[in-house]
Amino acid sequence: MEERKYIELTGNPVIMELSDIPVLEYQEFRQLIDDLLKNERAHCLTYFVYPQRDRRQFICCMGMDVKHTILVFSHEQAAMNGLLLESITQRHFCFHVFEREIHENYGIGFIGHPWLKPVRFPFDRADQSITMNAYPFYSIDGEELHEVGVGPIHAGVIEPGYFRFICHGENVLHLEIQLGYQHRGIERNFIAKSTLLQRAILAESIAGDTTIGHSMAFGGLMETLGDQPVSPQMSLERAIALELERIAAHIGDTAAICGDIAYQFGQVVNEALRTIVINTTQRWCGNRFGKGLIRPGGAHYPLTPEIKLLILKNLAEVEGRFTQITGRMFTMPSVLGRFEAIGTVTAQQAKTIGAVGMAARSCGLMRDIRWSHPFGAFRDIQVDPVALPSGDVWSRTMLRKLEVDRSIAMIREFLERHDCMGATETPTNNMPLRQNSFALSLTEGWRGEICHAAITGDRGELVHYKVKDPSFHNWMALALAVRNQEISDFPLCNKSYNLSYCGNDL
Amino acid sequence: MGLLFCIVTALFFPGIILRVKSIASGRKGPGIFQPWKNIWVLLQKGNVISATTSFIFQIAPAVYLCTVLCAGLLLPFPGFSPVFSFEGDFVLFAYLLALGKFFLIIGALDTGSSFEGMGANREALYSMLAEPAFFILFGTLALLTGHTSMVGIFDAFRFTGPDTFIVGFISAYLLVQIAMIENSRMPVDDPKTHLELTMIHEVMILDHSGFDLALVHIATALKFGFYGGLIANFLLPVDWSLPVQIISFFVIQVLFALLIGFLESFRARKKLAKNPQFVFTLSSIALVAFILVLMITYKMLG
Repeated sequence: MEERKYIELTGNPVIMELSDIPVLEYQEFRQLIDDLLKNERAHCLTYFVYPQRDRRQFICCMGMDVKHTILVFSHEQAAMNGLLLESITQRHFCFHVFEREIHENYGIGFIGHPWLKPVRFPFDRADQSITMNAYPFYSIDGEELHEVGVGPIHAGVIEPGYFRFICHGENVLHLEIQLGYQHRGIERNFIAKSTLLQRAILAESIAGDTTIGHSMAFGGLMETLGDQPVSPQMSLERAIALELERIAAHIGDTAAICGDIAYQFGQVVNEALRTIVINTTQRWCGNRFGKGLIRPGGAHYPLTPEIKLLILKNLAEVEGRFTQITGRMFTMPSVLGRFEAIGTVTAQQAKTIGAVGMAARSCGLMRDIRWSHPFGAFRDIQVDPVALPSGDVWSRTMLRKLEVDRSIAMIREFLERHDCMGATETPTNNMPLRQNSFALSLTEGWRGEICHAAITGDRGELVHYKVKDPSFHNWMALALAVRNQEISDFPLCNKSYNLSYCGNDL
Repeated sequence: MGLLFCIVTALFFPGIILRVKSIASGRKGPGIFQPWKNIWVLLQKGNVISATTSFIFQIAPAVYLCTVLCAGLLLPFPGFSPVFSFEGDFVLFAYLLALGKFFLIIGALDTGSSFEGMGANREALYSMLAEPAFFILFGTLALLTGHTSMVGIFDAFRFTGPDTFIVGFISAYLLVQIAMIENSRMPVDDPKTHLELTMIHEVMILDHSGFDLALVHIATALKFGFYGGLIANFLLPVDWSLPVQIISFFVIQVLFALLIGFLESFRARKKLAKNPQFVFTLSSIALVAFILVLMITYKMLG
């Protein structure tokens, strides 16, 4: 009986026949989600619509963290306008953004959803009458309340996003985040672009600061669909690249956090350290962010003994100096005063909104794909993720420091196993994909869980591609973090998450 | 005399702070006069004035600069009287600066921007809280010296015994802290930030541009120089020869700028909600000095 409701897949990436995905009645589907989410260690990986000619298949993938498996199940609805479904969000809030996305793209209504707001205003949205300038912001009436709008141009001219605060004096009652300014049609382009190289470049550009995370997810997916797994040596190289990216991003964020609290010394020291790390990646593959390093089938830039030595040397330097500066930071009263008890998100809140990655771990919620659904070289080593319970800015900053330490240790372990023979496979442009299949690939980027899913058609062509960046879940955590905080602490909270705008907007 | 030297100080003051912060962060940093070169560029530019503003917004920078200059006329130099001097002139000094600030604040409110409203609100609050500290301090000094004009107080104050050293030390500390608050430096404000939501002074002048912005920058630099001048005045005795006095005046000013630069490089800014508490402690420290002086002059426990 249970077997019929869902398919349980082990491993990561996973692949299955499209026709094998169980199709449930909607009531049954909702019941199943209720049952599954009773387990605290289960979370929704992705929930999306695969549109066919006359029907739409709603595919849901659930990750079981302890059993290390992925459950796949679906329901089908006729492709008609104005379809109404009972919302899952009313019982499981973590579905809110998935249902909003489906509503926006296909015009499907969800009864009982708190507010089906647009997510990113795609070009082919169902309701063309809604526009970015007329976003339906939440408002509260009150004599003493005032609204503050920030953006869409960021004060530091990074990426665009609009933040609307409702404040009572200096205190924030509510923050609403409107995104979508960076929408580029990534998912459609995956289908439109025909060659593997084009798609690989596309995957690298999903979020510039998570180049390796996304291209690893994409590479793994294609290699699984094409049935051309890479060698263990290649997997090691990718894992090293991923951890280098994590170290660079975490140190860079630590610098930015120091900048926001006007601690100049911490800022400049960490900035300099980040440069050492990204320059290491540059020496390896010619690009500081690792563009071009990971391609389906292999790599153009093998890990040579010289690069290995360089990584070891630079890591030793970074480790020493980073330990020194963080030791100083985390003992300085003026810094701690800006970190502790600011922007607190509880474990319960994190669970409710379905936070992933760092945002979850900083609230004591253990969610790490490297540990729950190990991929590539992470299968062979002991990964013990760090989680801190306090959920404030301190916890998010401290988590970065601890993760940098772990990542450095991991890279050393990987390098020990790597033979540096330079005889790894080279990328291929010819990779016939398995027909009528569904595949899913997960990686743990530095922000958290990255999920790529693909569906192939009769001739092995891509017919549907779905990307989920961790920021998709985690923006809500930021909105919760600043509640009842001072509005002046918002930039600090924002930086302590450092979520991706373009990863969300796709 | 005092005004002249303070203006000279103001010329290199912002540059020194900037340079110190640059060097402390491992960079070479811009030249000492870079802030003034920027102001020169701004002076040649035109203004962009928001359509929602009234004349208040347009006169605010000029009024701000005027009041700061007027306040400068009251500034003595050890052994020399200022342009104007009378009994209780420090009250006028404080309120001239407050008047300029008031115009800057209503100019900021005039724009109707939510950011500027917040910044104006914060600036007004901190100035208000710092005010008692300033007056208790000067009241204390007046009580100790028996003079009520700035030149009288500064000339009569001498470091003679342990009691005056204590009062002098507390007063110098307070003057430095008040100067930091009034000039929107750390730990209360962060002049370097680009984030509107955390700004105080910077956000108030967000809508000013070109010539007006230059006026605000000039006034801010001068104000800093004047506070530095006040501190130097307080510390320097009258009976030194003029060249020694001039040299030590500039030494004190440079040390003040260096101190600010270093303080800002190696510490974090305070949480905004803790600022009022911090500013208010200055008033209580001033009260300590006041009680101390009451005891010294046998007006209390006598």
